[in-house]
Amino acid sequence: MSESTIVKLPDQSTARIPKMNYLSKENGILSWLLTGDHKRIAILYLISLSFFFFIGGALAGLIRLELLTPQADLMATDTYNKVFTMHGVIMIFFFLVPSVPATLGNFLIPMMIGAKDLALPKINLLSWYLYMAGGLLALYTMATGGVDTGWTFTTPLSTHYVNTNVLTTGLAAFIAGFSSIFTGLNFIVTIHKMRAPGMTWFKLPLFVWAHYAASVLMVLATPVVAIAIVLVALERTIGIGVFDPTKGGDPILFQHLFWFYSHPAVYIMILPGMGVISEVISTFSRKRVFGYTAVAFSSVAIAIFGFFVWAHHMFIMGISNYAVLVFSLLTMLVAVPSAIKIFNWTFTLYKGSITFETPMIYAFGFMGLFTIGGLTGVFLGVSGTDIHLTETYFIVAHFHFVMVGGMLMAFLSGIHFWWPKMTGRMYPEKISQLAAVVTFIGFNFTFFPQFILGTLGMPRRYASYPPEFQILNVFSTAGATILGVGYLLPVLYLVWSLRYGKIAGNNPWQATGLEWQTQSPPLTENFVKMPIMDHDVYDYEWLEAQQEKEKEVASA
Amino acid sequence: MPDSSAVEHGASVAAEHEEHPAYLRHHFESTEQQADATNFAMWLFLLTEIMFFGGLFTAYLIYRNWYYQAFVAASHQLSIPLGGFNTLLLIVSSFTMAMGVWCAETRRKSGLVLCLCMTLVLGLGFLGVKSVEYREKFEKHHVPSYHYSLNSFLDPDSDEAAKAAGDKPLPLDVARHTEVYFSLYFAMTGMHALHMIIGVGILVFMIFRAQAGAYTTGHVTFVENFGLYWHFVDIIWIFLFPLLYLISRH
Repeated sequence: MSESTIVKLPDQSTARIPKMNYLSKENGILSWLLTGDHKRIAILYLISLSFFFFIGGALAGLIRLELLTPQADLMATDTYNKVFTMHGVIMIFFFLVPSVPATLGNFLIPMMIGAKDLALPKINLLSWYLYMAGGLLALYTMATGGVDTGWTFTTPLSTHYVNTNVLTTGLAAFIAGFSSIFTGLNFIVTIHKMRAPGMTWFKLPLFVWAHYAASVLMVLATPVVAIAIVLVALERTIGIGVFDPTKGGDPILFQHLFWFYSHPAVYIMILPGMGVISEVISTFSRKRVFGYTAVAFSSVAIAIFGFFVWAHHMFIMGISNYAVLVFSLLTMLVAVPSAIKIFNWTFTLYKGSITFETPMIYAFGFMGLFTIGGLTGVFLGVSGTDIHLTETYFIVAHFHFVMVGGMLMAFLSGIHFWWPKMTGRMYPEKISQLAAVVTFIGFNFTFFPQFILGTLGMPRRYASYPPEFQILNVFSTAGATILGVGYLLPVLYLVWSLRYGKIAGNNPWQATGLEWQTQSPPLTENFVKMPIMDHDVYDYEWLEAQQEKEKEVASA
Repeated sequence: MPDSSAVEHGASVAAEHEEHPAYLRHHFESTEQQADATNFAMWLFLLTEIMFFGGLFTAYLIYRNWYYQAFVAASHQLSIPLGGFNTLLLIVSSFTMAMGVWCAETRRKSGLVLCLCMTLVLGLGFLGVKSVEYREKFEKHHVPSYHYSLNSFLDPDSDEAAKAAGDKPLPLDVARHTEVYFSLYFAMTGMHALHMIIGVGILVFMIFRAQAGAYTTGHVTFVENFGLYWHFVDIIWIFLFPLLYLISRH
């Protein structure tokens, strides 16, 4: 494997981490908490996101432990309800939605377009504070009794029937929503107004296109869930009747407003991950992404179609048959742009010089698992099969294939890919390849049995189940243990690499993006001179020519 | 560093630096870029606000369609003179705000402070009239789930406003849907009033800053962006007023 690798690390005796960089510029906790630097804010996000991920992961562990046996024996059934609700709330609002945009997007978008920072650095910092405020409020909720409505806050359950902390959890999601709005707004403004000379729209890396599409969704969809949460809060506190059937209100309206955000939200979660995969696949097959324009526009198409499919979450909720028909059709249309991406990545691999560094292994994991997750989504979009499969473990498996198998793989792929840029040091290659494979195996063990369980009819959100389902649940719980190891390993060796990792140099992957054409870790202002984009995006010949020129200069 | 093609920018930045005004933040190349970017961000923020109110307007649209009779009768309880007066206040305040932006652009400090103060007074006037209207709703028990009373709709003759509009008595199952109307009335005008209160707070802050001369040195983005926000809040009212007060009067 090491022969085929393209990493040509600089000579270890001479290599140094640059003295001046964004990490060394200022010291002290205040220089981090009051920073306007997009790279430092990205690091703040990375640390806090990882923290919430492990809390959400621990809750998932509790769920799997409970489901090891058919009886509800580990915890009381209402505790179980709280555990899976908090797992959903924390993972969705405090990990998946901000994951790639707030860390990698924050760090890389200004660098990729040749800017010194995001357009609104103070708003960027504010969005981190909002995120932390929301997150801590969610943790406070958990500590003071939790909430048991499911992460969907469905009315009238959330307004009339449960007496748990719906208000504080809703407030936490509301605050986190504003954090997400500000991030998206900042990205859109930056991509429009801060591009370096020569950086036209069709020279933007696909990572930036994907973030642009996701940002549009954040800006347009998030306010709608905000008003839905406000109305739930008003109904709980002062009893206005917008969702209350006894007063003439309609609980289905809540679902419309909620899913108008929460369906686009899954594209907010997955699009940035797709951006990561485009960069990684291109770099490790040494080829321009096949059908660049199609991949760029498929991101936009996903964002647009994503707004018109929300009611497929409500096929059994009492919406009209005609609505079911239309939304079923639109749901299947959204599979087309997703498939365009998968096919184009595959064609990028075709006749490429493929190497198997860790980011690439994660990217392959993404492609396989996302495809399965996407195709099983069609089962749920078809109204006939949906009636059988909805509210079963099939949905749980589908969602986790797309989000954990898709998004988390993409997140880890991106973290490994840009780790040398963020820290100036390489992660250890062998053990991280092992972690990627362990994650893939553990993931399939955990979630594939759940497809079968769902098809056999095991409902979601129950602490107990009929004994004949036990064998598959044992598989799933065992797989979750492997998966847990797969997620712990990167934490250990990435922290280790901060001190002991090999010096990475400017461009260990020989990638073409502007972010690689500057030192690692970068300067606070990213570039010494304002870069000019005088070549095409993913132009590996340009990169070679540049390096030839440098060698000539050096030898002359 | 393979970017040999990069312009000699470092040196030129250092040379130009003297000419840049102090308010130009380090990551922008020019004041035009900075103003452009912040303005654009404000428009995007207003777009999110449209989506936020859009949820409420959707709810209004659906329930008005379902409970037409109840919505007509309930809307007769609102006072057109008060609502109209408030509309007038807001339109004038938009004018004074626009004049304020113009004063900032032409660097007239006392004019700017005067315009902002007038906007503030008009905004407070709006909130004052709104609270009078809210108080009337409390007195007539038209606040949802707070001793809500159907009297005005079951027996219109006992109610001045209903009598003046010539309402017929509604059957009980129709009349009870007036509560949905008032739910939406309080949610929509309440959200609007919240935006007004936030705007008034920012106005107070701006008056002090303007007095200190912060906006009359050529850096007008903050005033401009606040102006956009203020006009936006007005426009929301321009939609709320006909939908809640006027549309059911024949």
